[in-house]
Amino acid sequence: MKRLEIIKFGAIALFGGLIGFPASAADTITIGDMNAYTRLAAIAGPYKKGLDLGIKEINAAGGVLGKKLVIVSRDTQGKPGVAIKIAEEMISRDGAVMLVGTTFSHVGIALSGFAKQNKVVYLASGPLADAISWSKGNAYTFRLRSNVYMLASMLVDEAVKKNAKRWATIAPNFAYGKEAVSAFKKVLKARQPDVEFVAEQWPAAFKIEAGAEVQAIENAKPDAIFNATFGSDLAKFAREGRLRGLFKDRYVTSLLTGEPEYIEPLKGDAPENWYVTGYPWYDIDTADHNPFQEAYNKEYNDYPRLNSVIGYTTAYSVKAAIEKAGSTDSEKLRQAMEGLKLKSPLGPIVFREIDNQSTLGMFVGWTKLKDGKGIMIEGSYRDGANFTPTDEEVRKMRPAD
Amino acid sequence: MTDMGLAVRSLEKSFGGVIAVNNLNFDLPVGQLLALIGPNGAGKSTSFNILNGQLKPTSGTVKFKGVELVGLSPKEIWRHGVGRTFQITATYASMTVCENVQMALLSYHRRLYSLLPIAARLYREEALALLEHVGMVDQENRPCSVLAYGDLKRVELAVALANNPTLLLMDEPTAGMAPKERIELMALTNKIVNERGISVLFTEHDMDVVFTHADRIIVLDRGTLVAEGTPEEVRNDEHVRRIYLGSHHA
Amino acid sequence: MGFYIVQFLTGLSSASALFLVASGLSIIFGVTRIVNFTHGSFYMLGAFIAYSLVGVLDGFFGFWISVILSAMAVGLIAVLMEMLILRRIYQAPELFQLVATFGPILIIQDLALDIWGPEDLFGASAPGMDGAITIMGTPMPEYDLALIALSAVVLGGLWLLFNKTRWGTLVRAATEDRDMISALGVNQKWLFTGVFFLGSFLAALGGAAQVPKGGASLIMDFEILAPIFVVVVIGGMGSIPGAFMAALLISELNVFGILVWPESTLVLMFLVMAVVLILRPWGLFGKPEAPGQHGQVGAPEQPYRPLSRKANTLFAAVLGLLLVLPVFASDFSLVLVMDMVVLSLFAASIHFLMGPGGMVSFGHAAYFGGGAYAVALITSHFELPMEVAFFMGPLGACALALLFGWFCVRRSGVYLAMLTLAFAQVAWSVVFQWGELTGGDDGIIGIWPSPWLGSKAAYYYFTLFFGVGGIMVLRRTLFTPFGYAMRACRDSALRSASIGIDVNRQQWLAFAFSGALAGLAGSLFVYSKGSIFPDEMSLARSFDGLIMVLLGGVKTLAGPVAGASAFTWLDDVISRLDYWRVILGSLIILIVLAFPQGIAGFFRERFGVWFGQETDT
Ligand SMILES: Nc1ncnc2c1ncn2[C@@H]1O[C@H](COP(=O)(O)OP(=O)(O)OP(=O)(O)O)[C@@H](O)[C@H]1O
Ligand SMILES: [Mg+2]
Repeated sequence: MKRLEIIKFGAIALFGGLIGFPASAADTITIGDMNAYTRLAAIAGPYKKGLDLGIKEINAAGGVLGKKLVIVSRDTQGKPGVAIKIAEEMISRDGAVMLVGTTFSHVGIALSGFAKQNKVVYLASGPLADAISWSKGNAYTFRLRSNVYMLASMLVDEAVKKNAKRWATIAPNFAYGKEAVSAFKKVLKARQPDVEFVAEQWPAAFKIEAGAEVQAIENAKPDAIFNATFGSDLAKFAREGRLRGLFKDRYVTSLLTGEPEYIEPLKGDAPENWYVTGYPWYDIDTADHNPFQEAYNKEYNDYPRLNSVIGYTTAYSVKAAIEKAGSTDSEKLRQAMEGLKLKSPLGPIVFREIDNQSTLGMFVGWTKLKDGKGIMIEGSYRDGANFTPTDEEVRKMRPAD
Repeated sequence: MTDMGLAVRSLEKSFGGVIAVNNLNFDLPVGQLLALIGPNGAGKSTSFNILNGQLKPTSGTVKFKGVELVGLSPKEIWRHGVGRTFQITATYASMTVCENVQMALLSYHRRLYSLLPIAARLYREEALALLEHVGMVDQENRPCSVLAYGDLKRVELAVALANNPTLLLMDEPTAGMAPKERIELMALTNKIVNERGISVLFTEHDMDVVFTHADRIIVLDRGTLVAEGTPEEVRNDEHVRRIYLGSHHA
Repeated sequence: MGFYIVQFLTGLSSASALFLVASGLSIIFGVTRIVNFTHGSFYMLGAFIAYSLVGVLDGFFGFWISVILSAMAVGLIAVLMEMLILRRIYQAPELFQLVATFGPILIIQDLALDIWGPEDLFGASAPGMDGAITIMGTPMPEYDLALIALSAVVLGGLWLLFNKTRWGTLVRAATEDRDMISALGVNQKWLFTGVFFLGSFLAALGGAAQVPKGGASLIMDFEILAPIFVVVVIGGMGSIPGAFMAALLISELNVFGILVWPESTLVLMFLVMAVVLILRPWGLFGKPEAPGQHGQVGAPEQPYRPLSRKANTLFAAVLGLLLVLPVFASDFSLVLVMDMVVLSLFAASIHFLMGPGGMVSFGHAAYFGGGAYAVALITSHFELPMEVAFFMGPLGACALALLFGWFCVRRSGVYLAMLTLAFAQVAWSVVFQWGELTGGDDGIIGIWPSPWLGSKAAYYYFTLFFGVGGIMVLRRTLFTPFGYAMRACRDSALRSASIGIDVNRQQWLAFAFSGALAGLAGSLFVYSKGSIFPDEMSLARSFDGLIMVLLGGVKTLAGPVAGASAFTWLDDVISRLDYWRVILGSLIILIVLAFPQGIAGFFRERFGVWFGQETDT
């Protein structure tokens, strides 16, 4: 932080708190961004880089409506209460015209409630919970990433081919895991009615007793396994499973595992031959992706993670929305977001009018070890538009506004 | 034995292997000052703790005014008119002298769950009268945490008198006091007993105090009652002499 | 058969890992009576340092040398912390050290982030132990067996240390009776430092030894805290065999529990802890606390006096300022002040219980969050209007506190605190797990005030009314017979029982009263945020509350308000900076060292006379 900023910061801290600062200057448009920058640094970091890159490009190309986009970023600490407080401040003091960000689903849900109450547009870029688009959805909340249901559904095509009868599931014991398992079960059963789920394990998130969980699954003698654990839980599960022979001759399909954020830390322990969702940036050669990857590399001398794509696309979604609305008025922005179309590095996306969920998809493919590192091969893109429940089902789940 | 006094029968208490009180029997008629003496670890405090309900005896009965006390809680026993002071004074350090007494009065008047009045204004006159009694009225506004030890003992006495007890249990009321204070406090106790007609059971290591003030004395040694009688009788008892020979009493 | 043997051994290996860390915490607590929250951070540091060293030192021996070196290094860091911070505050009021151990957690988190980066570091397998052996047809990883052996070695080593060496005998003596150390003429300072080294060495050893099973990540510090507290409490605080048995009990229940009840992973541990504490108050191998051991350290509180004229004027002035605030302040300032008021009420309810009540609650978030959930559940399931639902907060929290409190008040000191923690965690896991009713971690949203309170200013006045009102009620209650009787039970349970106070019942009702007001704070909170999530019932929230009280000062009635306001404000200001955790952590340490009597305590000492507070010494 530069000296001047510190002084400014000090002044805001001391006096701004009570008197309130004027909203941002007339030639800029402020966007409020928040994420679990300390709690989930490995995810929020790449997200922020992608977001900053996008904003930089947009401003270099003349900004939006002739004004520069300014991002205020704050750390939610992963706490919903903190996020709400920050949101209040961003709206009332910073003059933010809309809110973006978050990774934790519950923080996203809290903000969606705030958005509805305060009639502010919130673009939930990172959270996965189905609830944000469906059971707790509202007119002011839009979501960029594929939700859990969509991701789990993308794995089903391949699973059906395998025609395994006895399935076991393992997922962290919280809403994300519950949604993942229930979506996978529902979609798979619909396609292959004779499947049987012989074990469901629910380790506490970040506290998996991997050895015991592996044994428990082994004991149920499944033909195939659906996994939704991630992060350190996944690492432990993968290693214990390998040591204890759980994956031998078994079909394993797994959520999120192919994302660089999760597969890279596994290094040589990355599982092989799992069918996963993920982001094989090294294998993507499309007109949409190449410029993004080059720009990212040039800016940070690093390759993009999935969350870099999310951050980058967030920036462009904001731009597209403001341009379409032709104003920064909340109501106009909300209307502009509905059915908003734009290009993302992964392909064209639409924010569906029916549930404000974007159709940003994900890659599916097989995991493989290469030079002692886990990668994803035979990756192919699945457009999110093809993996949602029917419109009728969606309408039933979404509360009336 | 009178119906109105205290009657202890076959009282026993053991802690694991240690028998602290062994088949204890004695009576305390109304209006009497009975001293319970014995060397360190004889079981005096244990007996007191049983009498006021803090400890459950292993076996035995304690009748007070015809009511069985064994099995009752300290609170119930206190409601039956038994007050006590402790060997190591137990007062409320964060309260003033007067508030300490008021606390007992609040309990006596069943106001402990009152959420409206200001406690320090309730029963102040009564408390001051009790403090007057024990000669602590001029220090009524001082915190108990800063009092001299002898003064604390007096406060305890005032507290113990707050429920108009008919039986007062005093565990070493003069321990830690200067000789002059001891005489004063025991004189005060004597006066109260006479005025109010209550019975007192007290323990004491100071034999001067015991022989001057007790109406009767019982002697415990390693939990067993070894002698009983008037001060004169006990003074001449063989067993008692043996126990106390060369012992540390002042 | 092979399956059950392997499952048992798997449990034993988790127990071993847990035991290493927990035994260290137990030893430190046993001697210094410090509830050391930094223990989790030392565990994390152990893992990070070992991870880095393993990368440099190859082979079987290289691995084990790395583990030992990392444990030594962390032990030395801990010694530094003990000498620089804790040594200065051993005489501070009870549990104040707890706050001091909070500062380093924050600092270590940021340092680790800076040094090792944000990504999880997954450890390589231990050289020479990267396979599995087969037991009756079921594979069992070799490294798990190595862990079991390591903990056996540590257990044996500790036994020798405590039974065969002079130092160990001293430590044991100190554990049994703290006063004895000074009587023995031992240099207490160095004994404490040594114990701190040993305990933290074990924490780091545990962290380093699990690198091949997991690795190092930035959330390890908090994840390990709850389990090791549970183990230490179940085993009996200060008992090493107890810690081992408890670790074994928890781990085996866990590995077999998930076979029959896979969702038990959240709640099981805390249920076991609650049951053990109810049946065996001092844990499996613990000893009853000597009475008075956990009484108030330091000078007793001064008797309560009504506020002086000057203090009253000051209070009126602050209140007046708060009343006119909406005229010139921004909406966000109102939000910030509302947060301060709500958390002040929450802190005041904790203070009521822990200061004048002498009952330290480590789990007060259960009543804060419980109240908020009562409101949210009633609103979302029965659609009651806010004017009714609002009062469900205090009522619901009161009911919960009556239930939990009944058990808690039958314990005292640290065991009471630990029981409150166990119950709070049980409540938290029920809310978290019972998604159909409570929404689980997705929480409940859309709980907003009625339209007449829709504007920021209107809800601000509402919060001010109930928040400041609640604080005043708490304060005034301390002056009533109910409050006096509660304080009497704290000052001397012995005396209280002998003047006819039913100590348990008095404390039970006080517990419920405090719970109800925490619930009122929860009601205010849920309507100000519009939503409620299990986070608000979590340990972190409880500890936030404790820190506020302790920072403010336990022995003054203004303490919790000062602490909560300062903490909320600091948090808001500092969390804008990149390395805010280092700054906040350092500030906490500074405050602890500069004002061991808390912020309000400091002002009372300095300016109390001016405000007409008499002091009598
Ligand atoms: N709670 C207890 N647990 C185990 N033993 C106890 C307990 N309380 C007392 N004792 C033992 O019972 C015996 C009697 O103790 P008590 O305190 O009644 O003696 P005392 O006559 O009051 O002695 P002193 O004159 O020193 O006050 C002693 O051996 C003591 O160690
Ligand atoms: Mg005695």
